[in-house]
Amino acid sequence: MRGREDEWTGLMRSAMAGDDAAYHRLLRAVTPVLRAAARRGLARAGQPPDQAEDIVQEILLAVHLKRHTWDSEAPFAPWLFAIGRNKLIDALRRRGRRVFVNIDDFAETLPGETPQETASAGEVTAQLNTLPQRQRDVLQSIAVDSTSIKDTAAKFSMSEGAVRVALHRGLSALTAKLRDH
Amino acid sequence: MDTDQLIRSLAADNTHRAPRVGAMLTMALLVAAPLSILIFATFLGVRPDVMSAMHNPFFDMKFAVTLSLAIPAIIISLHLSRPEALMRGWGWLLLLPVGLLAVAIGSEAMMAPAMPMTMRLVGKNSRWCMLAIPAMSLPLLAGALFGLRHGAPSRPALAGALAGLLSAGLAATLYASHCTDDSPLFVATWYTIATAVVTAIGAAVGSKVLRY
Repeated sequence: MRGREDEWTGLMRSAMAGDDAAYHRLLRAVTPVLRAAARRGLARAGQPPDQAEDIVQEILLAVHLKRHTWDSEAPFAPWLFAIGRNKLIDALRRRGRRVFVNIDDFAETLPGETPQETASAGEVTAQLNTLPQRQRDVLQSIAVDSTSIKDTAAKFSMSEGAVRVALHRGLSALTAKLRDH
Repeated sequence: MDTDQLIRSLAADNTHRAPRVGAMLTMALLVAAPLSILIFATFLGVRPDVMSAMHNPFFDMKFAVTLSLAIPAIIISLHLSRPEALMRGWGWLLLLPVGLLAVAIGSEAMMAPAMPMTMRLVGKNSRWCMLAIPAMSLPLLAGALFGLRHGAPSRPALAGALAGLLSAGLAATLYASHCTDDSPLFVATWYTIATAVVTAIGAAVGSKVLRY
């Protein structure tokens, strides 16, 4: 556990210093842990585990948009799990559940129960369709079609800067919609 | 969209750099402050006898009290903007103005009273005080909430209450230079009521707008 969390902290430091590949690796590494914790939290609240992926995606968006609140001198895991807990509580509240989140839901995940997998989630996909055309196009191109920023810019005859702005605005708008819907 | 795809888009956005919460809070307060100062200059203004008042330790004490509220409240609100932050170990900072007021009330009680206690307590400006401090706080409170929205507080209502405390502390600092009631009894009563009102507004609004 220690080793894993130290590795996360190192990856996040590199990510904050501008290493996009480290950031990608970090997000992929934490996702199964978040997924297992979300499932456990849902089970505890008597909710079906198939909503876990919506919660995972909401956590990832919050991690991304709030990563400037992480203190690079501090370990990454407590920060990550705090966001995870908050998002789980929010999600359960929205579903009208009495909220009981065990503070260990996010901390005690064992490596063995975290198989690598990916899953689709309904809420992000649904909210994606309510975004302005341009933001949606850019997000689709980069996320779904796996097109680079450069090629996305060429595809839509935009500048790379405009693609970056549309991408960031799209992610922010998506997060706001998920929070307020 | 599946989660791997979402992660890909997040990694592509890693070049986007957001400023720190402290920078946003500072900027927002600097934008809001002129509005509060405008309210102060239009309706209140510095008291005419300020030069002689400065020799009165109870006049100076008012600023020590209000700033010992505002500065710790700023520090704690920035601390709480991190999701994993706890109030534990930080709350005692908010006892600073309370302690200062207790010492001031004690020292005033030991002096020969210039005025009867009820007159010191009620003063001449209690209504103004309860109106002016919240009024001057509101632009600062809006600024503080705007700045703190940039953070990720786990307890939005608590973070909003801190925004209320810091804006009331700053507004009360302005007000203290206008008000001719210097008795710590007056400060402990009316400043506290005004601060409580602003703090409650901050908590109520914060619980809505500081969710992330």
